[in-house]
Amino acid sequence: MKSFLKYSNLQLKIGLILLIIIFTIGFIFPLFRGSHADEWNSYPKYLKPGIEHIFGTNALGQDIFWLLAKSIRSSLIIGLIVAFFATIIGVFLGMLAGLQGGYVDRIISLVMDTFIVVPSLPILILIASLLKGQTSVLAMAAVLILFSWSWPARQVRSMALSLRERDFIDTACFSGESKLKILIKEFLPFILSWSAANFINTILSAIRMESTLAVIGMSNNSLATLGTMIYWALQYQAMLQGKWLWIGVPVIATIVIFGALFMTLSGAQKYNATKRGQLA
Amino acid sequence: MLKLSNVSARYNVFDYYVNVINNVSFTVNENEIFGIAGESGCGKSTLLKVMYDFIEYPFEITSGSVELESAGANGEINKYKNGEIRNRRWREISYVPQGAMHVLNPVTKIGAQFYDTVSRHNKSVNKKELNDRIVAYLKELELPPEVMKSYPHQLSGGMKQRVMIALATFQNPALMLADEPTTALDVVVQRGILGMLSRVQKRINNSIVIVSHDLGVHYQITDRMGIMYAGEMVEIGPTDELFTNPRHPYTKMLINALPRIGDISQKEGISGTPPSLRSPPPGCRFASRCMYASELCKKLPPCKYYISGTHQASCHLLKGLYPKLQPEEAIPRD
Amino acid sequence: MKFLTYFLSRTLTFILIIFIGVTLVFFLPRLMPTDPVEIMLNNIQANSSTMDADSVAQMREVLTQNFGLGGNLWDQYTAFMRRAVLTQDFGPSLSMYPTLVTELIGKALPWTMGLMLTSTIIAWVIGNIIGLLAGFRKNKLLSKILESASIVLYPLPYYVFALTLIMLFAYIIPIFPLATNVMGMPWSWEYIKNLLYNSFLPALSLILIDTGWWVLSMKTISSDITEEDYIIFAKLKGLSKNKIMWNYLAPNAMLPQVTALALRIGTVFSGAMIVEILFSYPGIGMLIYNSVLQSDYNMIVGTITISILAVSITTYVIDLAYPLLDPRIRLR
Repeated sequence: MKSFLKYSNLQLKIGLILLIIIFTIGFIFPLFRGSHADEWNSYPKYLKPGIEHIFGTNALGQDIFWLLAKSIRSSLIIGLIVAFFATIIGVFLGMLAGLQGGYVDRIISLVMDTFIVVPSLPILILIASLLKGQTSVLAMAAVLILFSWSWPARQVRSMALSLRERDFIDTACFSGESKLKILIKEFLPFILSWSAANFINTILSAIRMESTLAVIGMSNNSLATLGTMIYWALQYQAMLQGKWLWIGVPVIATIVIFGALFMTLSGAQKYNATKRGQLA
Repeated sequence: MLKLSNVSARYNVFDYYVNVINNVSFTVNENEIFGIAGESGCGKSTLLKVMYDFIEYPFEITSGSVELESAGANGEINKYKNGEIRNRRWREISYVPQGAMHVLNPVTKIGAQFYDTVSRHNKSVNKKELNDRIVAYLKELELPPEVMKSYPHQLSGGMKQRVMIALATFQNPALMLADEPTTALDVVVQRGILGMLSRVQKRINNSIVIVSHDLGVHYQITDRMGIMYAGEMVEIGPTDELFTNPRHPYTKMLINALPRIGDISQKEGISGTPPSLRSPPPGCRFASRCMYASELCKKLPPCKYYISGTHQASCHLLKGLYPKLQPEEAIPRD
Repeated sequence: MKFLTYFLSRTLTFILIIFIGVTLVFFLPRLMPTDPVEIMLNNIQANSSTMDADSVAQMREVLTQNFGLGGNLWDQYTAFMRRAVLTQDFGPSLSMYPTLVTELIGKALPWTMGLMLTSTIIAWVIGNIIGLLAGFRKNKLLSKILESASIVLYPLPYYVFALTLIMLFAYIIPIFPLATNVMGMPWSWEYIKNLLYNSFLPALSLILIDTGWWVLSMKTISSDITEEDYIIFAKLKGLSKNKIMWNYLAPNAMLPQVTALALRIGTVFSGAMIVEILFSYPGIGMLIYNSVLQSDYNMIVGTITISILAVSITTYVIDLAYPLLDPRIRLR
């Protein structure tokens, strides 16, 4: 703990504090409360904020605060699932492309570049429109994973390419170790440590994609995420009616979550660098 | 005309110090080539930085002074101390850094990089004329004028090194510092570079300080030499004398390790490694690897002894044989 | 020679990328478990009054024709590719019959390109300059403040800013309009003023977030390069700080940023899309959105294909600019 305080920086501290707050709201608080608080028409509509309902209620009869908690939870869980699978696929394909080279590399690279160059939102909208009304969470996640694996794959591929040239790999090769062993013992540590850092980035990108789709109504509207919360607020003209809490709360929550995750990420990177003796 | 007196310097790392230079004193005279030799990590490149007044945090000088003396245009003598020397860069003192491969901007033409350095000192000359002068000078140093329009990656290592030397000597500085000018070049190119340096020196009669771990380089062109070990100057003297009559055990071992034509004896390396400069030993820094080391050597640092007019060495073994250079005193180490 | 090889290989790559992208657009509707014709029929019936059985059958015929679903898969594919890439004939828009899809796209595309290119260029230039300064003078307070600001801005989704700006400057302090409504004849002074007035908030939403990204990435690059030997030597040469920054640091730091710009065009386009939808800005993003809401199949396919083409070509052009700036690739 002492060494943590010694090497940590402001970014990391603020990021972690915010993350803890978010986690508490999203996961701990609901344990003390039934999960029906976000069902439609649970409460009278358009109640002003008070002790019973911290942020008031909205046009659908939901308590905004508990709706927020549920949305945070759903958004984070979707983000985690998508990031998890996308990272695994991305790392695997990236390593395959970088280490194998030749045709395998060219084909994987081509597909990778296609997913990076081609704008994702139009295609996502196309898919969403074709699945109209039938978007289960699983289908949503599968589609998001499809568009999230290409960035990690690209990075891992270039890492694999540069690692392949390095001397200690040649040494391992010459000493007769099997290719698989080389892969596990030498490459994996590098790539895993990078993936851990990049994981947060992938979570952010997944949440970004999902919420962007949701805001324009292309996601599953009955699922409570930060994006759908904003969607319903827009549908009911929250801004026009001056219901600032309804539309403002999820927007601010989004900003806080993204900020917290990213600050933690970059703070952690700085922490590592300081610990290794590379002064800022 | 460059005098270092009792210079000590250290690096300030996070929470400790590395004492890279300890109580170094010597003089570089006019019209001579002075060599600094030693193994990797002994502090020779750092010493050049001190001489060039390139002192930036976390590097700091803890004691001593550097004085540069040069003859001005009207014959007057100008003296500069450390702190002022940096203003005289490229005028009275210039620097050829280690690794010419990496010190050139990869995306700009050589000509432009040459021009922006020398234009500051030739404000009265117009652009075209200055460029012509540069091309003419390059030709003297056997570099074709196409070099001006080339990018660094289009030149070979040897050519890049020549460009750096051209840059350093264009203003005819009284003192030129060269850090490992021939390392990473093959022997044929090496000979060419050394020849170039020697010709330049003879032409403008300036002084050159050459840092190299390769004793062969020193033997070829230096007039006087200093041997460095673990941040200290252990022996200084005329090159010939150092090679024929080395007095410090370290110098002896270095010279002995050099192969010569016709010499069929077994060559011995020097076992062991230099001491940590974070917490250097109290006595002579070479004691742990020295075959003549005694208990006194390990406890007390040696003082300097005159071997001859220009030849000095620091070793306890010389006590009584030669006159002392300065009173014996324990040098404080932190 | 090296440049020629580079040029050819990049061209081939991009042709293949466009090819794969458009193929995707072709196959996706056919991979769905649902029949697009049925969905279209249901939507049409839902939007307008119910039709009798005969009309439905007729409608189905027409739609199947228009969707190009007649014939076997290979025929459909070749017909589609020919239409999409060569002739760019997507047929008439179903919701704005009989206006041709290409005509509608032609009107909308300049809005999107204008918005996107302007915001991207402004963000890239400003972001890189700030990043360059911040990386070069690492320890100054201003640099740290800018870095922290960028860290907060950069990861955010584009809609967050769009909504915040709308809330702040269209509702609470109503300076800017809610929906885009540009008046006046094209290119009259009144038109230009109106255009800028309406485009300000949408552009700002894009610029703020993009600038954050460029500042952050440029700062990393430039602070790394500052440690390089040739920068240190440039300082030893006695060059002024400004000269070092603009003549030595900037040309080198810019190179990876040009590549990064090329890779980011797809993301910026998606961002421009969402901003258009939220501001009702009459660009191609708005077209895609509306066509999806109205199940206008021809338009959906047309707009998405053109988007893929536009983005790929822009990326390609920027990508080709790289060797012009890096002499190590341009010359042997």
